[in-house]
Amino acid sequence: MQLLKSSIGRKILMAITGQAMVLFAVIHLLGNSSIFGWLPGGINAYAHHLHSLPAPVIIGFRLGLLVFVCVHVWFGIQLTIENRGGRPQQYAVKTLQKATFASENMIWTGGLLVAFILYHLLHFTFQVVSPETAALSHPDSLGNPNVLGMVVAAFQNMFVTLIYAGAMVVLFLHLSHGIQSFFQTLGWSNDRVQPFITKAGTLVALGLFLGYAAVPLTILLRILK
Amino acid sequence: MSDHKTMTLTLIVWRQKNASDPGKFETYTAKNITEHHSFLEMLDCVNEDLIHTGKDPIVFDHDCREGICGMCSQVINGAPHGGQDRTTVCQLHMRKFKDGDTIYIEPWRARAFPIIRDLIVDRSALDKIIQAGGYTSCHTGGVADGNAILIPKPVADEAMDAAECVGCGACVAGCPNGAAMLFTGAKISQLALLPQGQAEASARVRNMSDAMTECGFGNCTNHYECMAACPKGINVKFIARMNREFLKAQFA
Ligand code: HEM
Ligand code: SF4
Ligand code: FES
Repeated sequence: MQLLKSSIGRKILMAITGQAMVLFAVIHLLGNSSIFGWLPGGINAYAHHLHSLPAPVIIGFRLGLLVFVCVHVWFGIQLTIENRGGRPQQYAVKTLQKATFASENMIWTGGLLVAFILYHLLHFTFQVVSPETAALSHPDSLGNPNVLGMVVAAFQNMFVTLIYAGAMVVLFLHLSHGIQSFFQTLGWSNDRVQPFITKAGTLVALGLFLGYAAVPLTILLRILK
Repeated sequence: MSDHKTMTLTLIVWRQKNASDPGKFETYTAKNITEHHSFLEMLDCVNEDLIHTGKDPIVFDHDCREGICGMCSQVINGAPHGGQDRTTVCQLHMRKFKDGDTIYIEPWRARAFPIIRDLIVDRSALDKIIQAGGYTSCHTGGVADGNAILIPKPVADEAMDAAECVGCGACVAGCPNGAAMLFTGAKISQLALLPQGQAEASARVRNMSDAMTECGFGNCTNHYECMAACPKGINVKFIARMNREFLKAQFA
C-alpha cells in the first residue's frame, strides 16, 4: 500500500497519529483540571469515573493510544534516518532561513517525550515510583482513589516538578512545529491560511504547556494543597 | 566603469575533479570587481586569472544568464542562489557584497544530485520525476481552438504561478533533508489545476511521488527552507496541494 511505503504516505500517517495524540493531550488536560475543583469531589471523583468505565472501553482506548504512539514513533525514526542521508555532506556555512529550533529537533523532542511518557505511566498510572502515596491503594474518605494526595505528594518535590515542567517545555517545542505541520502534510493549507494555522498551532501548544505546567507549579508553590 | 571603486574578495570555492574525488575547498582572490559585475561575471574574471596562470578554471553551470533557464546553481555562504529574494546566481550582483568580504561557494548538496565537477551537479533526477508523470497524454492533431476549454482566470493564474518553476533544484539544495517536494509539488499542481491535467491526476501524483523516493530524495519535514531558496517564489502551498492530490489518489 502506497500509504505505508511512500514518502508522503508515511508523513500522512505520522501527521494523523500525531494529531490524534494532540487531541488526547487536550482531553487529558481538561480531565486533569478537575484538580482545581470544578468537579464535585475533584480529581479523585474524576479518576473514579474513569475507572468505572466498562473494561473494554478502557482497554480499547489504551490499546488505541499505544498503536498511535508506536506508528508515530516508528515512522518518525524511519523518516528521520532517511532524511539524515538526504544530504550526505553538509555546507561549510550553515544558513537557515525558515527552519526553526523546533522543526530541526523534532526527533529529539519526540524522543524525550517517549522517555517522559514512560516515566509518567510508571509514576501515576501504574504507581510504582512512589508506592507509599499510590492513589489506588490509598482511597480517600469517599472510597475514591486518592489522586489528589498522590499528585500533591509528588509535586511538593522540586525535582519531580522540574521533570514535569521541563517535559512540558519539550511538548511545547514539538507541537509548536507539529500542529501546523499536520495541516500542511494533510494538504489542509494554502498561502492564505498558513500564517493563521501557524499562529493558532503555537497558541494551542502554549495553552497545553501552561495548562499542564500549572498543576505541578501551583503545588510546588503550596497554592494547591 | 573606470570611475567605479573596485572590490577585492576572498573566495573559498569547492573544487572536485569528479564524482569519486573527495573534493576540497580552495581559496582564491577576486580582484578588480565592481558592483556592476554579476556573480557569474565575477567568477569569469577569477577564471581568466586562473587560465592565465595555467591553472584549472572553476567549473560551474550557467546558460541564459538572465534568470530564466535555471542552469546556474551555486550555494553562496550557505544559501542556494545567494539568498537574495527571487534571484538566481546569474542575477545576483556584486553590489550585494563589500570590499574585503569572504565568500564561500559550494555546489548543490543532496544525495540525489551527485557532483560532476566543482560546482556542477547532475540534476537528471528531476527529469526522472517529470518522466514519471509530469506531462499530459493527448492526441496531437490540428491546433486546438484557443478557448475550446474555458478556464477561470484565477485558476489559470494559480497554475501559472506553479508553472514558474524553472527546475533549478535550489529547493533540494536548501532542504536539510534533500527533499524535492517543492519542485514536484509545483509540477503536480500546475497540471492538477487545469482540466487537461485532471484526467491523469491520480496516476501522476502516485508515480511522481514514488519517483522522488526512488531517485534518493529525502522526505519533507515542513521546514519551508525550499520556499526561501526558490528563485521563482514557488510557495509551499503547492506542496500542500500535492499532499491533497496524493490523499485523493489513494481513494481514486
Ligand atoms: C505524545 C506525544 C506526541 C505528540 C502529541 C506528537 C505530535 C506530533 C505532530 C502533530 C506532528 C506533526 C505531523 C506532521 O509532520 O505533519 C509530529 C511530528 C513528528 N513527531 Fe511527534 N508527537 C509526539 C511524540 C513523538 C515521539 C515520541 C516522537 C519520536 C520519537 C515524535 C517524533 C516526531 C517527528 C520526527 C515528527 C516529524 C517531524 C516534522 O514534521 O518535522 N513525536 N508529532
Ligand atoms: S521550485 Fe523553485 S527552487 Fe525548486 S526547482 Fe523550481 S524554481 Fe528551482
Ligand atoms: S544562467 Fe539561466 S537562470 Fe541563471
